[in-house]
Amino acid sequence: MDDWQNGGFGLYLHWPFCQSKCPYCDFNSHVSAQIDQRRWQAAYLSEIERLGAETQGRILNTVFFGGGTPSLMEPELVAAILDKIRATWPRSNDWEVTLEANPTSVEAGRFRGYRDAGVTRLSMGIQSLNNDDLRQLGRLHTAEEARQAFDIARACFDRVSFDLIYARQHQTLVQWKAELTEALAMSLDHLSLYQLTIEDGTAFGARHDAGKLRGLPEDDLAADMYALTQDLCAAAGMPAYEVSNHAAEGSESRHNLIYWRYGDYGGIGPGAHGRLTLGGQRYATDTPKSPLGWLRKVETTGIGEETRTPVPPQDAAAEYLMMSLRLREGTDLARYKAMAGETPCVETIAEMEEMDFLRREGSRLIATERGRMVLNALIRELLPVA
Amino acid sequence: MTELDKIRNFSIVAHIDHGKSTLADRLIQLTGTVAERDMKEQMLDSMDIERERGITIKANTVRIEYPAKDGQTYILNLIDTPGHVDFAYEVSRSMRAVEGSLLVVDASQGVEAQTLANVYQAIDADHEIVPVLNKIDLPAAEPDRVKAQIEDVIGIDASQAIPISAKSGLGIPEVLEAIVTRLPAPKGDRTAPLKAMLVDSWYDAYLGVVVLIRVMDGVIRKGDRIKMMQTGAVYGIDKLAVLKPQMVDIPELGPGEIGIFTASIKQVRDTRVGDTITTEKKGTDKPLPGFKPAQPVVFCGLFPVDANDFEGLRDAIEKLALNDASFSFEMETSAALGFGFRCGFLGLLHLEVIRDRLEREYDIDLITTAPSVVYHVHMRDGSVIDLHNPADMPDLTHVDHIEEPRIKATIMVPDEYLGDVLKLCQDRRGVQMDLSYAGSRAMVVYDLPLNEVVFDFYDRLKSVTKGYASFDYQMIGYQQDFLVKMQVLVNDEPVDALSMMVHRDRAEMRGRAMCEKLKDLIPRHMFKIPIQAAIGGRVIARETIAALRKDVTAKCYGGDVTRKKKLLEKQKAGKKKMRQFGKVEIPQQAFINALKMDS
Ligand SMILES: Nc1nc2c(ncn2[C@@H]2O[C@H](COP(=O)(O)OP(=O)(O)O)[C@@H](O)[C@H]2O)c(=O)[nH]1
Ligand SMILES: C[S@@+](CC[C@H](N)C(=O)[O-])C[C@H]1O[C@@H](n2cnc3c(N)ncnc32)[C@H](O)[C@@H]1O
Ligand code: SF4
Ligand SMILES: [Mg+2]
Repeated sequence: MDDWQNGGFGLYLHWPFCQSKCPYCDFNSHVSAQIDQRRWQAAYLSEIERLGAETQGRILNTVFFGGGTPSLMEPELVAAILDKIRATWPRSNDWEVTLEANPTSVEAGRFRGYRDAGVTRLSMGIQSLNNDDLRQLGRLHTAEEARQAFDIARACFDRVSFDLIYARQHQTLVQWKAELTEALAMSLDHLSLYQLTIEDGTAFGARHDAGKLRGLPEDDLAADMYALTQDLCAAAGMPAYEVSNHAAEGSESRHNLIYWRYGDYGGIGPGAHGRLTLGGQRYATDTPKSPLGWLRKVETTGIGEETRTPVPPQDAAAEYLMMSLRLREGTDLARYKAMAGETPCVETIAEMEEMDFLRREGSRLIATERGRMVLNALIRELLPVA
Repeated sequence: MTELDKIRNFSIVAHIDHGKSTLADRLIQLTGTVAERDMKEQMLDSMDIERERGITIKANTVRIEYPAKDGQTYILNLIDTPGHVDFAYEVSRSMRAVEGSLLVVDASQGVEAQTLANVYQAIDADHEIVPVLNKIDLPAAEPDRVKAQIEDVIGIDASQAIPISAKSGLGIPEVLEAIVTRLPAPKGDRTAPLKAMLVDSWYDAYLGVVVLIRVMDGVIRKGDRIKMMQTGAVYGIDKLAVLKPQMVDIPELGPGEIGIFTASIKQVRDTRVGDTITTEKKGTDKPLPGFKPAQPVVFCGLFPVDANDFEGLRDAIEKLALNDASFSFEMETSAALGFGFRCGFLGLLHLEVIRDRLEREYDIDLITTAPSVVYHVHMRDGSVIDLHNPADMPDLTHVDHIEEPRIKATIMVPDEYLGDVLKLCQDRRGVQMDLSYAGSRAMVVYDLPLNEVVFDFYDRLKSVTKGYASFDYQMIGYQQDFLVKMQVLVNDEPVDALSMMVHRDRAEMRGRAMCEKLKDLIPRHMFKIPIQAAIGGRVIARETIAALRKDVTAKCYGGDVTRKKKLLEKQKAGKKKMRQFGKVEIPQQAFINALKMDS
């Protein structure tokens, strides 16, 4: 059995366009007036065919339309893609198709079309339930619009999740508590709650470097907000199953679990990354980031992939550790050892257990809540020195 | 050879920026010593650092031929002395090589601290002094007030002071004439055995070591075999020249004359400023009085930021030392900073100049540890240890008492800042010696411990007086006091590079300041870290760095794996740049910043 089978097999499709660029966002997203969706369709279909040939016989667990703003895709385009996928791979029983959507009225009008095309789950970027903060985040929708879009979504889909960004400028613990309580009341079965990250190369990043992004929380407040989030969500029956993701039992995002369980995933579209095990060897794949660059490459060469790099077993093990420690279920040390040839340093693990950052459950190594809050430091300790 | 009565030797005494270099330029220019097209500003300041900072580090000399009003042509030798206290000994030697001084005072500023320190040196050397009031072109110039001030504060007759503008050239002919008529000719006996003073020496890329001398008695000729009386070394003169200011060969130098020679001397270190030079055979056996070997006063550790630069640093220091006998060095190892050197300097400016040159000319990034003075540690058994490095402090049970160097500091300050200056001196354990007024400026004289001055006194003085105070000092000797070694402990481990000698009464304050600084400089760890300052086993200040509470990537999906893993690996590799103290990793930058003196 190949190691990826511990995680499953999914397909990620990247749609690189948005209506406007949000100042905090470093995703591969672009604003473009003219998008020829038929041309894009042909490219996606050709890539699905290419990947299908390489992974023949595999059972596909999940599909994820990410962005950018996939809710700008015509439902016909989504339908054509999903038809092709269904014709290419056999599907698993827990089949899941997620699409990321922005909560504006225009997009809500397409939700039904997505459902009919075969989308089973919607993930909405609501970001905040407060209009002032939405403006600061550069969002085009209001909180009311987002609520309405959410209501339409839940009428169309059994599974709807939404994202909030917190630890925003000037946000207090009390304000976040109120906002999260409201979010929990309206949520169905899944929530992604991200602390605002200031990324290089974004408008916020530049403002931050210039010392002009005021009112961001200090470490201690950010930590308090995180802890509060864990408590409120758990009390509402939506405990964290990953650092920033909360779900009722059984409602986890199956696609994202593939990443965190370090399964295989194909990446299609501009800037999409993949991990694929072929002939017993794991490869990291990527594609050109520029939308037109990718499109032309597919059209002229028939191959959207730009690089395909073998991942040595030690690196694969490190990636598995880094991803799986984000999960409440943690890392399977037996699996890690099978990949790396050895376990992470036992003394370090013992020391971290002693300090209540890690705990053991059978062969699993799990970050405690304290540990999850300092996961980067924890992983730095555990990773072997290169 | 020049007749004694046709020679005048002089120096120019001035506070920084009062116009010493400009006046020298005008004298050189007006007498046609340098062709107009070769003139550049500040002719005599030769090193980049001198030009940049407007200070003179090495003595510079120029020989000027001046046809006076009496129809005779005179040889005027100007020695431009270092103006800074760190080089007080060099200044005193240069002063002994000439008979008179021009006292230049900026007529818009008046007498300043360095004016005083330098003019006293001139008076000590029995100089005839001609006061010159410079910058009278400025609207703010008050020549009469400044004249009165010179008489009040310095106590010399200023009625014949010459008003000039070194900038425009006004009054320069009068200055030249005064040099001839008011300064004395040198004395000396041409038939006596050779007796010459070594005024300065430096390394020249083409000529090797060049020695500047003033002949007192006898004659020195090219080809002579000469002897340095301090070192006993014997050399043959290869080249004899005068400086105009470029070298012009000359067959001999007689009494009263100033010039240079080369003699295949390998290192500047082999020459001692103040030494007496005589002939190998039939030389004098009476050296000139007053020779003192160079004595480093301030010590600090210099460590390369990048450990790989250690060998480069060693080379650079050795090269610089060839050229500067007044600085000492020996290897030092520190758990915090690795391999480096403990270096001794004549003072803080000297320290800065050397550090600058190492960084600039040899391209090495350096960490400088806190400067320390030399303590005399009197042991129970009667022996005395010179302590240059707090890390070498002997076990207290064997120590009887400790003495520290003290200085006499002279500060001139506009009276609105007087209170702040007095408070600063008092806070630094100063004892007032004198307080007087000259117009709206106060002159304060304090007896201060040098260790309080090397800390950050000068920066504080500048800031409390908005830069209007001037400051100068001289060493006055050692005095016993309650001095202790303060250690800094990070997570209960002592950090050698941060320990320092302090007065017991000031220890809490200094300890608290250091702990607070480190608290901000050491990154949070996964556990909390106590930072303590301690004397012996007693903790006198403490701070705690709280444990890291949050360091986690909020979003991490399939597309982030490669990037995030690289980032974590890079951070992990970055840890190698840190120094490990027990379980705590301290970034190099934290040491650099903790050791930076407050400003
Ligand atoms: N207005 C005016 N400025 C002068 C005069 N003499 C020198 N300066 C300026 O004062 C500054 C300091 O002069 P400098 O000769 O370098 O002073 P030093 O530090 O004593 O050598 C320079 O900017 C000169 O240009 C003068 O007679 N009048
Ligand atoms: C790539 S976006 C796509 C979703 C959709 N375009 C939207 O904006 O609603 C996925 C989610 O990442 C989160 N996100 C993006 N940039 C972030 C940042 N700098 N800090 C925290 N969360 C961020 C937002 O919550 C966003 O909904
Ligand atoms: S946050 Fe979403 S809508 Fe905003 S730029 Fe990023 S991908 Fe586009
Ligand atoms: Mg000058």
